[in-house]
Amino acid sequence: MLEIKNLKVALEEEDKQILKGVDLSIEAGSVHAIMGPNGSGKSTLSYVLSGKDGYEVTEGAAALEGADLLDMEPEERAAAGLFLAFQYPVEIPGVGNMTFLRTAVNAQRKSRGEEELSAADFLKEVRAKAKSLKIDADMLKRPVNVGFSGGEKKRNEILQMAMLEPKMCVLDETDSGLDVDAMKLVAEGVNALRSEGRSFLVITHYQRLLDHIQPDFVHIMADGKIVKSGGPELALEVENNGYADILAEVA
Amino acid sequence: MALAKMKADTTEARLSGLSLPEGAAWANAARADAMDRVCRMGLPTKRDEYWKYTDPTTLTAPDAAEAALFHNDEGPLFDAVDRLKIVFVDGVFDAEASDDLAGEGIEIARLADAMSADIHWAKDLYGVLEARGQQPVERPLAALNTAMATDGVVIQATGKVGKPINLIYLHKDVRSDAVLHNLVKVEAGAEVTLLETGPAAARFSKQLEVEVADGGAFHHVRAQGRDHERRAVTHCFARIGAASTFKSFTLTFNGVLTRNECVLEIIGDEAVAHVAGACVGDGGDFHHDDTVFITHDAVNCESRQVFKKVLRNGATGVFQGKILVKEGAQKTDGYQISQSLLLDEDSQFLAKPELEIYADDVACSHGSTSGAIDEDALFYLRSRGVHPDEARTLLTLAFLAEALEEIDNEVLAEDLRDRLEGWLARHS
Ligand SMILES: Nc1ncnc2c1ncn2[C@@H]1O[C@H](COP(=O)(O)OP(=O)(O)O)[C@@H](O)[C@H]1O
Ligand SMILES: [Mg+2]
Repeated sequence: MLEIKNLKVALEEEDKQILKGVDLSIEAGSVHAIMGPNGSGKSTLSYVLSGKDGYEVTEGAAALEGADLLDMEPEERAAAGLFLAFQYPVEIPGVGNMTFLRTAVNAQRKSRGEEELSAADFLKEVRAKAKSLKIDADMLKRPVNVGFSGGEKKRNEILQMAMLEPKMCVLDETDSGLDVDAMKLVAEGVNALRSEGRSFLVITHYQRLLDHIQPDFVHIMADGKIVKSGGPELALEVENNGYADILAEVA
Repeated sequence: MALAKMKADTTEARLSGLSLPEGAAWANAARADAMDRVCRMGLPTKRDEYWKYTDPTTLTAPDAAEAALFHNDEGPLFDAVDRLKIVFVDGVFDAEASDDLAGEGIEIARLADAMSADIHWAKDLYGVLEARGQQPVERPLAALNTAMATDGVVIQATGKVGKPINLIYLHKDVRSDAVLHNLVKVEAGAEVTLLETGPAAARFSKQLEVEVADGGAFHHVRAQGRDHERRAVTHCFARIGAASTFKSFTLTFNGVLTRNECVLEIIGDEAVAHVAGACVGDGGDFHHDDTVFITHDAVNCESRQVFKKVLRNGATGVFQGKILVKEGAQKTDGYQISQSLLLDEDSQFLAKPELEIYADDVACSHGSTSGAIDEDALFYLRSRGVHPDEARTLLTLAFLAEALEEIDNEVLAEDLRDRLEGWLARHS
């Protein structure tokens, strides 16, 4: 599904290398987790995959189902099936959440040559999906993320993911700022989307989200590189011993 | 001295060859008084403080510059609304194209007819609010309008008026130089909605004097249309009574020069006055100026100014807004915001917000901002698959939304929103 090869990324504005050769291969239907200390480059990886400005790929490649991701505009990557649940979802005053969702869904359908969803069908689908994430009508009406609590913003990300039905979902610290109940809701939302043709890259700082979303593989990222990979037990190791041991071991 | 000379020359050049229109005795007197004001003040020049950001030269020139006709393939605005249509072509009333000047709760007449009647209520309003509005800042172009106008409508609302009155200003002659003057008198407890639409003329001088009596309500929604080379200077003078409502919204598309002055005087307690505007301009020859002056002279009143401008490819926006709270006008709630969205570095927004307060128990605030499209929001939309042009349009509409929300009538607001969406899609 997603092939990342020796990806090296620097900041455009300053001469600073952030990703120093990331290799990652995610097959269809699997869930990979990336853990790592703050500042290790996890968000940068998610931004570079989704096409945010400000980063320069100095070496390496990233492909989604064989197509060169790095050569596409952000909206093309989305249409190709990539989705990023933001660590810090953006507030958009003046744009209703519903309008935002419908615009996004229809934009993707259009770029795939599909017909736009009728207003009625769209509404029905949003309502059902919002309900399972405990997103009420008011949150759908309000401007995108404006005045949302941390947890509401994250649930709103998952709602977008559920509506857009991407193939490759990247979740950047979707657990941060969530209480236990909200985390369960989010995890259920993610688990409901798990399927053979859909892969996940779950970025998290803590192990606790992975109790709810069982990963197939866990990778540890430090200083711009994946320094260790393993099964779910690796997350437990982090939980019990912190990052220091692992980092010392690979140093 | 140089300024005085420049003013004198400008005024003389403009007035030479002009003669005052003839009408009933009261009308002749009103026009002569207005002309006296013009001569005393002199016409504005670009050296005047009040015209620091907007060059009035083409507005004071003896002749109007040509303005090509814009072929608009959109249907008439507000067509879905049942309204009384009054049509002016290049500033001249078109009886054929207009509805009958009659309606429920209302008396309407052509200005020309009112001004040739020996006795008419218009006598107490025509040029009266304009003359009051010359203090503390002079507005000579308004006085010139009062002196020279022959056409327009006078509207007296005596009850809750059934349907909105739509003044439709068509532009057919590339050289037209139109002067219109409208009066609206909202009697106590009465309510009326006035719509104004259309490009009007190559050069358009338009004045509206509005008296809102106690408990009355005046709603005003205006769209200044799309001809790229048109010029307009408009004035709205309103006197607002106790517990009454005055709400005015203007949307401006295109035009090389638009100066909209709005001068409100709140004289009765518990009154509410809102003035809002949005404009969209594309190109170095777009210049749009909102100049607002609100005087609070009563207790417990609220005024609100919300202005938003979208400027691209070197367009210029100007906002001069003042709230004057007189001594004794306690509990005044005055709010003012002016914002521009600059879609590139060549466009500019010049703002001069002012507060002058002589009462101690008031809450007044003002703010002014200029900014570009929020890059984070743009990326967020794109990451969801939205094309950048569509994303920019959506964000631009979102920026304008706060101004459009000032319109109470959702049907009218929706119509304007659709037009804006169309404009933004064509200019992305
Ligand atoms: N736009 C940016 N400007 C400056 N520094 C940045 C920027 N993006 C990332 N960085 C730096 O790159 C490093 C990695 O950041 P990030 O990818 O956010 O890490 P993580 O998500 O793992 O906490 C940090 O040192 C961070 O300060
Ligand atoms: Mg991060």
